[in-house]
Amino acid sequence: MSHELLDALAKMGFWLALLLQVTPIMLWVERRAPAMMQDRLGPNRVGPFGFFQAIADVGKFVFKEDFEPATANRGLYLLAPMLALVPCMTTYLVLPFGPELEVAGRTILSVVIDSDSGVFVFLALASLGVYSLVLAGWASNNKWSMMGAIRASAQMISYELALTLAVVAALVPAGSLNLQRVVEQQMDDRLLGFLPAWGVFVQPLGFLVFLVAMFAETNRLPFDLPEAESELVAGYHTEYGSMRMAFFFMGEYMNMAVLSALAATLYFGGWSLPGLDLTQYSGIVPGLLGMGILWAKIGLFLFLYVWVRWTFPRFRYDQLMRLGWKILLPLSIVNLVVVAVLVISGRI
Amino acid sequence: MPQAYLPILLALAVAFALGGVLLAVSWVAAKRTGGRVKLSTYESGLPLLDRSRKRLSIAFFLIAIDFVVFDVEAAFLYPWVTVLREGGWPIFWAVMVFVGLILIGFAYVWKKGGLEIVTRVANRPRGLSA
Repeated sequence: MSHELLDALAKMGFWLALLLQVTPIMLWVERRAPAMMQDRLGPNRVGPFGFFQAIADVGKFVFKEDFEPATANRGLYLLAPMLALVPCMTTYLVLPFGPELEVAGRTILSVVIDSDSGVFVFLALASLGVYSLVLAGWASNNKWSMMGAIRASAQMISYELALTLAVVAALVPAGSLNLQRVVEQQMDDRLLGFLPAWGVFVQPLGFLVFLVAMFAETNRLPFDLPEAESELVAGYHTEYGSMRMAFFFMGEYMNMAVLSALAATLYFGGWSLPGLDLTQYSGIVPGLLGMGILWAKIGLFLFLYVWVRWTFPRFRYDQLMRLGWKILLPLSIVNLVVVAVLVISGRI
Repeated sequence: MPQAYLPILLALAVAFALGGVLLAVSWVAAKRTGGRVKLSTYESGLPLLDRSRKRLSIAFFLIAIDFVVFDVEAAFLYPWVTVLREGGWPIFWAVMVFVGLILIGFAYVWKKGGLEIVTRVANRPRGLSA
């Protein structure tokens, strides 16, 4: 095997080791954090601070009977949960997590695929997620699943537009689709002499659009209409149980994590921290530190997801579509034009 | 060079392998009992009342068509980003004409009500507001 392939495998293992922790930790956070917000205890008996509750959940999922409804479309029914895992377990490949590393006389890039079409690859793979929901809804042969899937697909493609246009605007200052260039541009510049040139300060409107679209893309409250239990039972995963249902959860949580990583990379300087020069360290230390900084930012976003969930009530479906098409889409175009004008006239 | 994208295939294989292993564990560990009623379609505890694959509101179709138009627009904007700084105003205005044309279409769709999800207000029971 060539060096490049081994490097890629090592970096993928590094990412996956962290990414797979997201689901159990978030299962725990989603119980304890709302308990804190509502002035109650939450599960605190299993292990320290109730942390092993997540392990008990996994055990429960494993030992549940995995049945298939008699009228389901078998092949697609089995395929859909797998497809829920695929987009979030591939998109991290183009996310940079540190500066160039010098290990044993070789230069190693701190990104699995150093591509000049990086963001394009990310969005192309991330948009595969909609297939999982549509196939799950169609193959279950249940009206609740079907309605949930139709809602989900319409919601995801609508907010994908706002998301895509916000991402285009975020790339304009760096002038590259390579996310490593985007991070370097945010790291090198200063705004007004003291602010880091993070995307969130350059284009706050773009960040706001991205943030709202990000919540809608991951089907999280207040945009969880596809699985609104008060009207649709459980939406597209009504007919799923045991491990297959857990796949939809895992997909959702890991998707939240990778989209948070993209948000951190585009708007919050990615793996860099103002005032800290990672290149002063040798070996793989800059990569480890960069990964730590990136995941600290991801963690803040993940907590924001939980916080928002227990703060805002659910939208009605027509309000949701109105917000996506009539407010976010025009705003994202306005943001794009403003940023483009600022860049061409040399202000950024 | 296409081999730079080889990790995508690897990651896909890892994702499917992980899924397969977890499903296999669950398949071995879980107890299975039969039952015709259990395998029937879920209808909130009642016998099945309705078909699952019925007609849908035309609004979803219109949303999908609108999406295709705008997604193609967004795809054209990505290469524009990379040349914007060197290209300057001529490049900027060239794409603004294109965006303007799309926006005229968007305004038309908006005015015609193509972005509305609730289309059959007339059929609502009296006393319920939209």
